[in-house]
Amino acid sequence: MNAPAKPCLDIRNLSAVLPNGLRVLRSVSLAVEPGEVRALVGESGAGKTMIGKAVLGVLPPSVRIVEGNMLLEGEDLGRLAPKARRTLIGARTALIPQDPLTALNPSRRIGPQMTDRLVRILGWSGEKADARIRQLLDEVQIRDPERVLKCYPHELSGGMRQRVLIAAAFAAEPRLIVADEPTTALDVTVQKQILRLIAQLQREHGTAILFVTHDLGVVAKISQKVSVLYAGKVVEEADTAALFAAPQHPYTLALMAATPRYTDPFASLKPVDDKVLAGLAAEIAAADQAWRRPHG
Amino acid sequence: MDEARISRHGSRARLWLAGGWLLIALLAAIFAPLVAPQDPLAQDLMLERLPPFWLGGAEPGYWLGTDSLGRDLLSRLIFGARIAFIVAFAAAFAACLVGSTLGLIAGYFGGWADRIISRIVDVWMAFPPVLFAILLVAVLGTGLSSVIIAIAVIDWTRFCRVIRAETMGQSRMDYVENARIAGYGRIGIMLREVLPNVVPSIVALLSLEMGIAVIVEAILSFVNLSISTDDPTWGGIIAEGRLSIHQAWWVLVFPLVTLILTVLSFSQFGEGLRARFDPVLR
Repeated sequence: MNAPAKPCLDIRNLSAVLPNGLRVLRSVSLAVEPGEVRALVGESGAGKTMIGKAVLGVLPPSVRIVEGNMLLEGEDLGRLAPKARRTLIGARTALIPQDPLTALNPSRRIGPQMTDRLVRILGWSGEKADARIRQLLDEVQIRDPERVLKCYPHELSGGMRQRVLIAAAFAAEPRLIVADEPTTALDVTVQKQILRLIAQLQREHGTAILFVTHDLGVVAKISQKVSVLYAGKVVEEADTAALFAAPQHPYTLALMAATPRYTDPFASLKPVDDKVLAGLAAEIAAADQAWRRPHG
Repeated sequence: MDEARISRHGSRARLWLAGGWLLIALLAAIFAPLVAPQDPLAQDLMLERLPPFWLGGAEPGYWLGTDSLGRDLLSRLIFGARIAFIVAFAAAFAACLVGSTLGLIAGYFGGWADRIISRIVDVWMAFPPVLFAILLVAVLGTGLSSVIIAIAVIDWTRFCRVIRAETMGQSRMDYVENARIAGYGRIGIMLREVLPNVVPSIVALLSLEMGIAVIVEAILSFVNLSISTDDPTWGGIIAEGRLSIHQAWWVLVFPLVTLILTVLSFSQFGEGLRARFDPVLR
């Protein structure tokens, strides 16, 4: 594509360790171009969420980044002073969280909760923020914004809360949204609507999304690029279409085989087989050894 | 659903009954000179140990009888309520302010702040509270402010522990993380996002603490360490009543009943308020 455009998010060689020395991210590199949806797939514990948290600057205190850079629109987050980093992340990114139940403050009404960020952080006027929120609620197809704005989070259904959170994420026109399994906590019928909604808003607003999921079906529907993660290492990276047409890595192939299909719901699922796992283990071990050599 | 409705009814009744008693006691305390039928300090040896109104030998105007010095029991209870309420409010608020602030800091910031505050709390709680209170009052000297300070100094740990735990739970919620991503400062998040969610617990504890303060004040005045012995206090009346239990049981029983009702009401009122305050329980 057009050559000079710098990626919206560029993660280079990112490694993070736990206090016991275990590497949870193993030299991860991935880029999200402006306006692109990059899916990050992998099983539980593969470090998908960890990457999202690292980008947003909310890693748990026990996880330490030991190597690598994260560039948000060309700005190296690691080089910025903490305050400048917070400001940059706050202005240019947003999160669509996994669990809409706990992602809204239970003791504040939806309206003030949504406008607060625009007013306090971005310095908008109250009316402007209010108008913006209403517009976004309309975009996420909430039909009675008056009522919803006055509700407490527990008065809304899970799907409604997730709509509210999507609206809130897009409200400040971020360049990058991290969507951390945004449909996992919802029931299947709602999942589909929410996914469609995210895709639609993404197109209209031209926002880049780092879409964390374990669901290959979702990957196929929403993303243009995919990174497959195993044990904190990117094992395969490709255009979504290419990946589904011809997966290169045996693990990717095994993941696809493990996806349930509506066409044959009674077929038993195939777990990732031992040979593939052994191959992965060897790959990880080799990578760790290569990494340790220069790092002592 | 049904159970929820029943418990909601229960909590409403609880709120009204407890609140009603507290309101009556509070009004009586505030307007003590107007509502007390007699001068609480006036002694009259001709009227000693009069029984309450429904027993033979009672005098009109001395509804709950008199003590061994002929002082009107009801009037003494009403004036005693003044001290009980002053101590309850002042001590509980002081303990709440100190304890909740430290608890919030420990729970939200974790790490060293938490370690230091938690160790102090542990050490503090190793002291037996009533002995600690007696010791403190002995050091500070008797008087209303000493009693208040003693109770606050002892009981802030109760707030600190509960609020720390609550804050920790809330801080792990995604909405706190979301606020950090949005770029709010740490202290701003603590006060604006987390604090409102622990307020219901603070309110419940505050009310409970008022009841406890009333008891501690009664204990201190029972052992004659509260305020000057001239002013009637519930604990002081109980101490006097104990001496004449065989001749005039009412001098012991009425202040005890008053004390129990008040303390019970404080704790029930707190629970009721909590249910009202909490948007999720509501």
